[in-house]
Amino acid sequence: MKKKIYLDYAATTPVDPRVLKAMMPYFNSKFGNPASLHNFGQEANESLEKSRKTIADFIKAKPEEIVFTGSATESNNLALKGTAFANRFRKKHIITTQVEHDCVLESSLWLKTQGFEVDFLPVNKYGLIDLNQLKKTIKKDTLLVSVIHGNNEIGTVQDIKSIGKICKENNIYFHTDASQSIGKVDIDVSQLNIDLLTASSHKIYGPKGVAMLYVKKGVLIDPILHGGGQEKNLRSSTVNVAGIIGFTKAIEILKKDGKQENKRLKKLRNLLIKEILKNIKDTHLNGHPSQRLSNNINISFSGVEGESLMLELDHYGIAVSTGSACSSKTLEPSHVLLAIGLSPFRAHGSVRISLGRHTTKSDIDYLIKTLKKSTEKLRKISPVYKI
Amino acid sequence: MIYSKQTLKHFRNPHNYGEIKDADGIGEAGNIICGDLMNLYIVVKKDKKEKEIITSVKFKTYGCAAAIATSSVITDLVKGKTIDEALKVSKNDIVDTLKGLPPIKIHCSVLAIDALDEAIYQYLYKNKRPIPEDLLLKHERIEKGKKEIKERYSKWMKISKK
Repeated sequence: MKKKIYLDYAATTPVDPRVLKAMMPYFNSKFGNPASLHNFGQEANESLEKSRKTIADFIKAKPEEIVFTGSATESNNLALKGTAFANRFRKKHIITTQVEHDCVLESSLWLKTQGFEVDFLPVNKYGLIDLNQLKKTIKKDTLLVSVIHGNNEIGTVQDIKSIGKICKENNIYFHTDASQSIGKVDIDVSQLNIDLLTASSHKIYGPKGVAMLYVKKGVLIDPILHGGGQEKNLRSSTVNVAGIIGFTKAIEILKKDGKQENKRLKKLRNLLIKEILKNIKDTHLNGHPSQRLSNNINISFSGVEGESLMLELDHYGIAVSTGSACSSKTLEPSHVLLAIGLSPFRAHGSVRISLGRHTTKSDIDYLIKTLKKSTEKLRKISPVYKI
Repeated sequence: MIYSKQTLKHFRNPHNYGEIKDADGIGEAGNIICGDLMNLYIVVKKDKKEKEIITSVKFKTYGCAAAIATSSVITDLVKGKTIDEALKVSKNDIVDTLKGLPPIKIHCSVLAIDALDEAIYQYLYKNKRPIPEDLLLKHERIEKGKKEIKERYSKWMKISKK
């Protein structure tokens, strides 16, 4: 049988069977709309509020500070546009970074067209922002700082504690996109001075289509969806109870097994990085060597284009992803790789390998063997690599 | 975006890859910034009727699956053809052979044609042969494109180093 090895957990994860089991009753027996006053509705509402508490506890927030949404993209849109519009008459300046997810970048660019001012902080070669530069960029009317916690491409984990402190001292809202980091890095929103935090279910073995935004009590924020007033009027839409139940179960599993699993992943990650750099010539690690997500590996293979390496690996049953966007409209490689100063040559040759709950040592061995073979094959065809 | 079976077949087992040391013409197309670089090598010999035939053709390509597959296909399409016949090969011939390419990858087939045209241009130029006007115009367009990319590249490098 052909091998099937999934190493793209940063893109999405399979739903844990325990999560699926927890969700099932909410599709047909406990299907009520939590906004309904009758028994069916109240049963659903009770489960919803219990979920809210479990998730709030996980990041040391209060239940009423959790807003359920449909995706991390939606949470990020709400965080940026919601605070921008609610505060537009007093503050108009937003600071973010050059290495955010597209949903933060695109929201910021759109806000610029609406009269807001946005600064995009550069990063160093590891993908970290400079805290002094952040301080210098702050103005009298700076409203919000939005910095991604764990980078989705290169895995670099920002020093959000220091960023939170700077924001607090300057009376500025601090939003962080923790889609990739939740469950991998401990988060205590009050200790870290976080005002808004995005997390998503499908990155942690929960279902797709459900996410949340933590909004600290007192933060002025407007909704971007108007309607029935669900989620304290911040997210009108019938609440996705089954999805939220799944998200909550996924969080419970993280609470129980997360620490040990992260230790295991970190070991595998370090082994994989070491073995690739040792066994395959002209390879470079992208991102920070240690301050990175426990499951993220991003490596450039000189002389090989990422998409072709990805498809070559796919032939052998291995699923990874690439920052080479030979298929993107601009044909330029990922903005994150360019922001850390990679030459287009190195950026196009980058591959992201993200490990997860089902990754084993033997998967890693098979990957290294296959990578070696595939890289050699493509380098033979390549005019820019001398063997 | 989905690749056809034919594209994946050519990508996985490309035909005629490699270099030809003393090629009669070498064509280069694409650039490293966009992630596609194609080199096409041709050997031209005259047959009994004094017709110039492309007897051997090889490629080396850095790029995505579509870039490698289109390179492979163009070598198949022009091998054994006269120069005049080879110049008539179009990007549609490549796309048809591959049973289609995703729209965003069509430029890869253009790249393959550019590399072929450049190889033939170089062969004719080196042998002081008359160059058809079409080919000359194409050559000028490709050269201009390369220059533009170089300029954009230098600007871009400055931004990214900040």
